Amino acid sequence: MSTLTDPPKEQFRLSMLLYDTRYRSATIQVIAMLGFMLLAAWLIDNTLSNLAAQDKAIDFGFFTESAGYDINQRLLEYTSRDSHLRAALMGLLNTLVVAVLGCITATILGVIIGVLRLSSNWLVARLMTIYVELFRNVPVLLWIVFVMAILIETLPAPRAFRGENPEATMSLADSVAVTNRGVYIPEPLFSRTLGDVHVFGEAALRFDVSLDLIAILAVLGLSLWGAHRVTLRANRIQEATGVRPKTWHVRTGIIVLPMLVLLIGLGFHLGYPALKGFNFQGGTHLRNSLIALWLALSLYTAAFIAEIVRAGIMAISKGQTEAAEALGLRSNRIMSLVVLPQALRVIIPPLISNYLNLTKNSSLAIAVGYMDITGTLGGITMNQTGRELECVLLLMLVYLAISLTISGVMNWYNEAVKLKER
Amino acid sequence: MSGTHSHTVAFVRDTMLPEQAPPASEVGAIGWARHNLFSSWFNAILTIASLAAIYFVLAAIVPWILSPTWDGTSLSNCRETLAAAGHGDAHGACWGVIKERWIQLIFGFYPSHLYWRPIAAFVLLGVALAPVLFSDRVPSKLLIFSLLYPFIFPWLLWGGTIWMPIAAMAGFVIGGLVYKFASQALSTLLGVILGAAAAVIWWMVLAAPVSGALESILPIGIEAVESRKFGGFMLSVTIGVVAIACSLPIGIVLALGRQSDLMIVKYICVGFIEFIRGVPLITLLFVASTLLNIFMPPGTNFDIILRVLIMVTLFASAYMAEVIRGGLAALPRGQYEGADSLGLDYWQAQRLIIMPQALKISIPGIVSTFIGVFKDTTLVSIIGLLDPLGLSNAIRADANWNGIVWELYGFIALLFFVFCFSMSRYSMYLERKLQTGHR
Repeated sequence: MSTLTDPPKEQFRLSMLLYDTRYRSATIQVIAMLGFMLLAAWLIDNTLSNLAAQDKAIDFGFFTESAGYDINQRLLEYTSRDSHLRAALMGLLNTLVVAVLGCITATILGVIIGVLRLSSNWLVARLMTIYVELFRNVPVLLWIVFVMAILIETLPAPRAFRGENPEATMSLADSVAVTNRGVYIPEPLFSRTLGDVHVFGEAALRFDVSLDLIAILAVLGLSLWGAHRVTLRANRIQEATGVRPKTWHVRTGIIVLPMLVLLIGLGFHLGYPALKGFNFQGGTHLRNSLIALWLALSLYTAAFIAEIVRAGIMAISKGQTEAAEALGLRSNRIMSLVVLPQALRVIIPPLISNYLNLTKNSSLAIAVGYMDITGTLGGITMNQTGRELECVLLLMLVYLAISLTISGVMNWYNEAVKLKER
Repeated sequence: MSGTHSHTVAFVRDTMLPEQAPPASEVGAIGWARHNLFSSWFNAILTIASLAAIYFVLAAIVPWILSPTWDGTSLSNCRETLAAAGHGDAHGACWGVIKERWIQLIFGFYPSHLYWRPIAAFVLLGVALAPVLFSDRVPSKLLIFSLLYPFIFPWLLWGGTIWMPIAAMAGFVIGGLVYKFASQALSTLLGVILGAAAAVIWWMVLAAPVSGALESILPIGIEAVESRKFGGFMLSVTIGVVAIACSLPIGIVLALGRQSDLMIVKYICVGFIEFIRGVPLITLLFVASTLLNIFMPPGTNFDIILRVLIMVTLFASAYMAEVIRGGLAALPRGQYEGADSLGLDYWQAQRLIIMPQALKISIPGIVSTFIGVFKDTTLVSIIGLLDPLGLSNAIRADANWNGIVWELYGFIALLFFVFCFSMSRYSMYLERKLQTGHR
């Protein structure tokens, strides 16, 4: 007769923390946690005692003090009497301007170059290879100072535009002046302007929102929505009858006419730059530092994006192209309708990291004197106030926030377009 | 009948025609051009536009490069030479600056009678790398030298007493011995912890007094060189090599940590990697130049190059970890299960099965990280170190060469291009060599 007995109850022994795989992972984690906390405590303790020795407690009070320096390329109103916080905000906006502009141009250039690198034209493909290798293998900082040097050394000075027979003339029907101090482009002006809305009154983070801009965006949004409705209606008719009505003139009208009416109503005109005294007045002044940074970052990142685009296109099987050819599509339509939409799935993840790289590389603005957040918060503010710890920490946090936002948004987009399988 | 049909045909050829050469327009240069350059009207336009672009670029650059100013002693002297040679409008490079300053661009302000030391360090670097890079052509005994080299390299560059690198090396030996005995007597895990603790205690507490004592007994050493004399390409290569060499093992550990099942370890690694990858290198260099001393025990004041090396290494490790994680993720699950079924423990499986394959997959990524790190060394010019870019500003501050731009930038760009391009070609060679045919 057999009796069922419980298996012998194992006693917990201390050595099981090391030898038993059930407990060992917990042991390792506890040790890792302890080590990490020891390290952190050591660093913080060192920092506090060092700061105490220098009599510099962590203090963000300097933010409200007057900055005392000027920022010449800026989006919002700023004077040197404004606070360090506002200066940092100007820097942040400048960083974002360069990042957005750079990402747009780098993407356009990169896609063109990447597609051309696969061109059947031998010469064009080789030229694009040279471009990619040239830009990838030379440091981006060198490209930035190089482009800056080109702008300063080769473009005419404003005084070359003066006189009866000037050495240099303004381009595009006398509206754009390209000088070695920067590019002057016409600025949009409104003679019957709706005025600005002041947000946050007199606070350091105050900003003015132009009602004109809001009106334009609202009208544009409405007309795009209307145009979209027209397209949907055309789709319905096509599905019902098989004949697609011509819609492009309706859509163009819907988009253009309200905008025209609004612009005329607001009294839209362009303010042209004109040579007055030693320099150009009027118009929008894009400084050399901005252009150099924008151009160099775009050209540099475009080389990487081109490689990503090329890899993405090559990842699409040749059968797709051949099938599209068999359907009678032309090569540019094959590219835009068949290959690129599929390649996009391969392209997007590395593209995100290149956008991130471009944004982070924009911190090199400090080398050409563009006042981005590194130049204001991490440059002049840090040197003036001597608050290295606070400034560098904040600088890092700002970049971290930007990076996480970009990767969050792009990953969400990636999720949305990714191939849905099973 | 079967033959009737053939009689109705008027003519039937009964001999083969001899093969004919293809038409002249399909072979040779003409055929190649028709296929590759002028296959359609659009391609023809592209070709002509490219030719025009090439012509304009070359027409601008070639005469500039071919300027007879290699003996120029100053910018104005170059301009006179150009005017005398009829180079019209003083359009031409002033190569005198490169001839005069190229040694400085390479060695910075390193004492000239000690140039042999960086040269020897970099030649020996080649020797140390050879068994790693070309494992099939070089005897593997050289690997011993590769292991010793990390201690020889800083000693050759910075000089000073020989006991310091030996003391540093002793830390590894002590840690290894403690690990060996502890793991036999107790357990592997305890062995690792005790070994690491022993090594850290040796380095932090004992290494300096012991090497000092040995130095006073037996002073062997070479002339010491201060860090602020380092500069030029030597500095870039030093930072690059150290960051690359140290970031690979740290990156592997971080990648394994990120892939691990241990939650706390995983989140520590994820936090570190995401933090470093989320901020630009320049902010980390700011930390190196202004903050790192604050994080250390009061009174510590260590060298700016060492601080930069630490931050660049941390930066590179985070990127390396992500590249290697990609390789780990690309390995089929069966490889892990195969290792488990053989009864290998975690480290054996990693060392023998997982890592070799994961590293092979991630070679392109690893090499592009290397190239990126090497290029990023130029950023140290922003915090005031005299890398080639920093030196170019210093050279322009000289009254003789004030106004020189393109020659210096061109020379620096060329050197960087040569380094980075050869690295990328080597990675392609390595990929082909390790290609096992099935992916």
